Amino acid sequence: MTGAMSARWPREATSMRWLRRVSGVAALVLLAFLAGCATVPPNAGQDPRDPLESFNRHMFEFNEGLDKVVLKPLAQVYGAVLPVPVQECLSNGFSNLREPSNALNNLLQGKGGESVSDVCRFAVNTTVGLLGCFDVASRMGLEKHREDFGQTLAVWGVGNGPFLVLPLFGPSTIRDTAGLGVESVLDVNFWINNVSVRNTIFGVRTVSFRHELLQADDLISEAALDKYTFIRDGYLQRRRNLVYDGNPPREKDPYDEEEEPTADEGKGRPGPPAAGSDVNPPSAPKPAQ
Amino acid sequence: MFDLKMIKSVVIGVALLAAGAASSQAPAVAKSASVAPDVLVRDLSNEVLATIKADKALASGDVNRVQKLVDEKVLPYVDFGKMTRLAVGRGWRQATPEQRAALTREFRTLLVRTYSGALSQVKDHKVEMGPFRAQPGDMDVLVRTNVVPSRGDKIQLDYRLEKQDAGWKIYDVNVLGVWLVENYKTQFAGEVSAGGVDGLIKSLTDRNRQLADAKKA
Repeated sequence: MTGAMSARWPREATSMRWLRRVSGVAALVLLAFLAGCATVPPNAGQDPRDPLESFNRHMFEFNEGLDKVVLKPLAQVYGAVLPVPVQECLSNGFSNLREPSNALNNLLQGKGGESVSDVCRFAVNTTVGLLGCFDVASRMGLEKHREDFGQTLAVWGVGNGPFLVLPLFGPSTIRDTAGLGVESVLDVNFWINNVSVRNTIFGVRTVSFRHELLQADDLISEAALDKYTFIRDGYLQRRRNLVYDGNPPREKDPYDEEEEPTADEGKGRPGPPAAGSDVNPPSAPKPAQ
Repeated sequence: MFDLKMIKSVVIGVALLAAGAASSQAPAVAKSASVAPDVLVRDLSNEVLATIKADKALASGDVNRVQKLVDEKVLPYVDFGKMTRLAVGRGWRQATPEQRAALTREFRTLLVRTYSGALSQVKDHKVEMGPFRAQPGDMDVLVRTNVVPSRGDKIQLDYRLEKQDAGWKIYDVNVLGVWLVENYKTQFAGEVSAGGVDGLIKSLTDRNRQLADAKKA
C-alpha cells in the first residue's frame, strides 16, 4: 500500500532532499556553535528526574537550531504548497501506519478489546479510507488509541529512567528510547526496501508533523519562562497520562495548603532550595492495572 | 517522534479555557453556588464555543479584547490566586501579600496573553463530557471533558474545581494529560531559587512586557 502512496512523491521529494542536504550542512555547523551556547543553570542535574540535564540542554539547543534552519522552513513550504485536504490526507495516512503498532502494544498490555479495535481500524481505514487518507473508522465509533512500546514497558513496570533529549527526535526518557528502538521495527515505513522511498516517506512525515506545530511553537516560546523545562515537564506529564490511558492517579502536592505556616517556619529554612529538589519527585509510572 | 500533535491540541484546549472566560454575550453561567461542577464546566464550554463562532475579533486573538473579557467574565469561575499559589509552591510561603498579589497578576496576564493567540485555532469544535464521579460532600472534584474537532483526534481537557463560598471555581486545567499548574512548578521554583520571589516576579513582568512590545511592533 505504501508503494502506491509514495509513487507520486519522488519528483517533489528530489527538491526537498536537496534542500534538506544544503540546510543540513548549515545545521551541523550550528550544532557545534549552539551546543556551546546552551545556558545550563548551575543547579542542573539536581532534579531527580533529569540527572543528565546538562547534556540534555545542549542537545535541546541543537534540536532547536536544526529546527530553525531545516525543519521549520520546510514545514512552512509544505503548508504553503499543499492544499489543506492533501495535508489532512497525509496526516491521516501517517497515523494509519501506526495502527499495527497500536494493536500489538495493546495486546502486549493485556488490552485485547482495544487491540482488536485497532486491527479493525487499520483494516477499515486502509481499504474504505483509501490507504488511511480518511479516518472512516473514527466516524464508525472505533476510537483511536495511542500506544507505543515505551508505554508497554511502563505497564510492565519499567520506570522512566532519566529524562533524555535525543538528537532529531527530541524529548524522551531512557525507557521511551528503548521503546523507540522497538517501535522502529514495528514501523511499517521501515519495512520498505527502497531506501529513497523510505527516506522520502520519513521526511514528509516529519515535515507534516512539524507543520501542524507551526502556530503552537510560538505560543510555547511565549508561555514558557524556560522552554527546556516547560517541554521536559510537559513531556513527562503527557507520557504518564498516556501510560494510564488518560486517567493517572493524582500525585500529592506537598505545598497545597490553605493555611499559611508561621513566620518562624519560613525562617528555619537555611536558604532557597535548589530548583531540582523543590518539586515532588513523581513516582515512576506504575502499571495501569 | 515526540507527540508533536499534542502541542497543537494543547493550544486549542487551553484557548478554550481562556475563551470560556471571554464569552461576552453569553448569559452568566451558574451564578449560584448550588450548580454542580460538571454542569458549570459543560455550560461554560458550550458558551465558549458558541461565542468563538459568533465573534470574529475574539477568534482572531485580539489580546486586549480577550484580556478585558477574561477580567469581566472568567474571574467568577477561575481561582487564579489558588492557581498561582500552587504553581509557585514553596516560594509562596516566603512571599509578602504584595508579592503574592504581583505574582497572581503577572501569571494571569501571561496566561491570558499567550493563550489569546491560540483562539484562532478553535473553530467548529464540540465538547463531550467524560464520566463524572463525585460524592455529595466533595469539596474538590475532577471534571473530565473531550473537545471534539470536526476532523482529527479528540482533545482531552480536564478541570479541577474547588468548592468555595461563591460556588465552584476552576483552579487547574489539564490538556492531554498536561496539568497547567504542574507544568509551571519547576520553572517557578528555579526562578525563586535563583533570584528569590522578586526574581520570579521580575521574570514574569519582563516576559509580559516583551510580549506586549512584540504585539505592538
